[in-house]
Amino acid sequence: MTNESITQSPSDGFAVRLVALQKSFGSVRALDSLSIDIADGEMVALLGPSGCGKTTALRALAGLQQIESGQIIVHGNDVTNQSANKRQMGMVFQSYSLFPHMSAQDNVEYGLKLRSRRLPKTERSKKAGEFLELVGLASHAEHFPHQLSGGQQQRIALARALAISPRVLLLDEPLSALDAKVRSQLRDEIRRIQIELGTTTLFVTHDQEEALSIADRVGVMREGSLQQLAKPEELYYRPETAYVAEFVGLTNAIPGEVQAGKVSILNQQIDTLPGSITSGNGLALVRTESLHVIPNTSGESKVLVFSFLGSNCRVQVQLPNGSTVIAQVSNELVSSLSPGSLVDVKVASNAVFVK
Amino acid sequence: MDTLTPAAGMRVRNLWRRSIFFVIGIFFLVPILAMAEFSTRGNDDTRTLESWKAIPSAPNLMESIFTSVQLAVIVMAGVVFVLVPTMIWVHLQLPHLKRALEAICLLPLTIPAIVLVVGIAPIYRSMYGVFGSSPLTLGFVYLVLVLPYSHRAISAALESVDVNTIAEASRTLGASSIRMIAGIVVPNIKVGIMSGAVISIALVLGEFTVSNLLNFETMQVVINLLGKRDGAISVAVSLAALIFAFVLISFLPTSNKVGNEVAEKEASTG
Repeated sequence: MTNESITQSPSDGFAVRLVALQKSFGSVRALDSLSIDIADGEMVALLGPSGCGKTTALRALAGLQQIESGQIIVHGNDVTNQSANKRQMGMVFQSYSLFPHMSAQDNVEYGLKLRSRRLPKTERSKKAGEFLELVGLASHAEHFPHQLSGGQQQRIALARALAISPRVLLLDEPLSALDAKVRSQLRDEIRRIQIELGTTTLFVTHDQEEALSIADRVGVMREGSLQQLAKPEELYYRPETAYVAEFVGLTNAIPGEVQAGKVSILNQQIDTLPGSITSGNGLALVRTESLHVIPNTSGESKVLVFSFLGSNCRVQVQLPNGSTVIAQVSNELVSSLSPGSLVDVKVASNAVFVK
Repeated sequence: MDTLTPAAGMRVRNLWRRSIFFVIGIFFLVPILAMAEFSTRGNDDTRTLESWKAIPSAPNLMESIFTSVQLAVIVMAGVVFVLVPTMIWVHLQLPHLKRALEAICLLPLTIPAIVLVVGIAPIYRSMYGVFGSSPLTLGFVYLVLVLPYSHRAISAALESVDVNTIAEASRTLGASSIRMIAGIVVPNIKVGIMSGAVISIALVLGEFTVSNLLNFETMQVVINLLGKRDGAISVAVSLAALIFAFVLISFLPTSNKVGNEVAEKEASTG
């Protein structure tokens, strides 16, 4: 917090800079030289399987987790050694974290009471009321946590975190305890509120649909380090590593030979993405929706099973060489197919990652 | 039973419950009523409150009651200001020590009082120099004796709420460690703290073995001596002490309440 540390660590316009964070739990590397920059007002999602270090990174930023080395800079200030209660981070936890002995209103007021002691009580309760309004629960101000549903509790927790005008909003899998419908509703609402207030946000989740749909940029983490941090479309269509290609979306691994930047699979030549192997035999990682299934009575591939997903269908197809692939197809197409139908399988022309 | 309708099954269960309650009630009530009867027994089948009236003038009795009450307050303060903060700290910061703390706190339960006294007597001898020979020094050993019960009560309360998450939430909202503990953790384990405190008071008021063996005149020791001279007075005091303990315990917020809240919460989150 000294001027010295500010000059040593220029913010370069970023609201949050995590610089080479390092943390181990026993022999497990939770953070392995992790660096992330988050722009002002941006929402970044950290995505990865459990144990990849995403929650540790978020907790380190909150000040709830000590790190071994590295630097945490928020709006140009080095907060690495600052305690959690001084950092002014609004956090929403995975488990219900409302104070059970306080009403919704008191929960939201709690942070205001601590942060801005000079604020008169009427101002404070008015401000808390506004945030309850923002999350659509103004009518539940007098309810206690045990009288609220899980979704409502998380909304109040969000209001409580936002009420202190946090420098960064930290969301630690806030939706994972909720059922599917409430989850997608609240997800959209979080995004709406985040854009409305322009709060810089770090969102941690293991649900890729959640990450891709809500964030400005998504970072895929693995074993404590960042694999790729990019816009959702870029992450999806232009993965930089095999891990990202396989982790995000549903992927088929189809063997093929690489030559001169192209891979030959299913009798087609497809461009390879940067980072792929440059020659020899490899596995092309092809998305299920990039495989086109064309009914053809003299086709060489055979339909094995369907699974109906609502808006579309997934089909398992046996290729001429005996291996199977999964393709995502429209419901109309499926109606003309049955298990055992002969088909042709084509690959869409977008570039693929080959490992 | 399986031929019964649900309503009939409920009736049978209720009847069963009531009978158990009744039998246990008798089991506890008979001795208490007998004490009341004995302490008010006069000559030739008359009733008299003589023994009760004699309580204030019985030798050493009032002093010993005062000593016991002081001890109860000391021990309660020890539970609230030493055990509770320690347990909260271990729960939040050193969870790997939870089991060790529990084992240590349960230890007094496994050590017979006589063994404890044999071990503690030399310590008390060396303590005279520092703390004098006041019976209030019994507070130290009593605090050890109440550990198993207070620990149980407080730890049950700590486990019944997600203390770690609410503590972290209050930290991120700007609370210092002290504010976090006083404003967030303690109010949510209040029931456990009160149970722990009240149980220790009851225990201290009823303790006889250790104080007798260490030659301190607490209430129970004096009641015992008195009983050898005048049975009726000693029974009257015992009954009064018992009633006092019952009154105290009736102030205990029942752990049931916490259970209900949890059940409600589960029901509402489905």
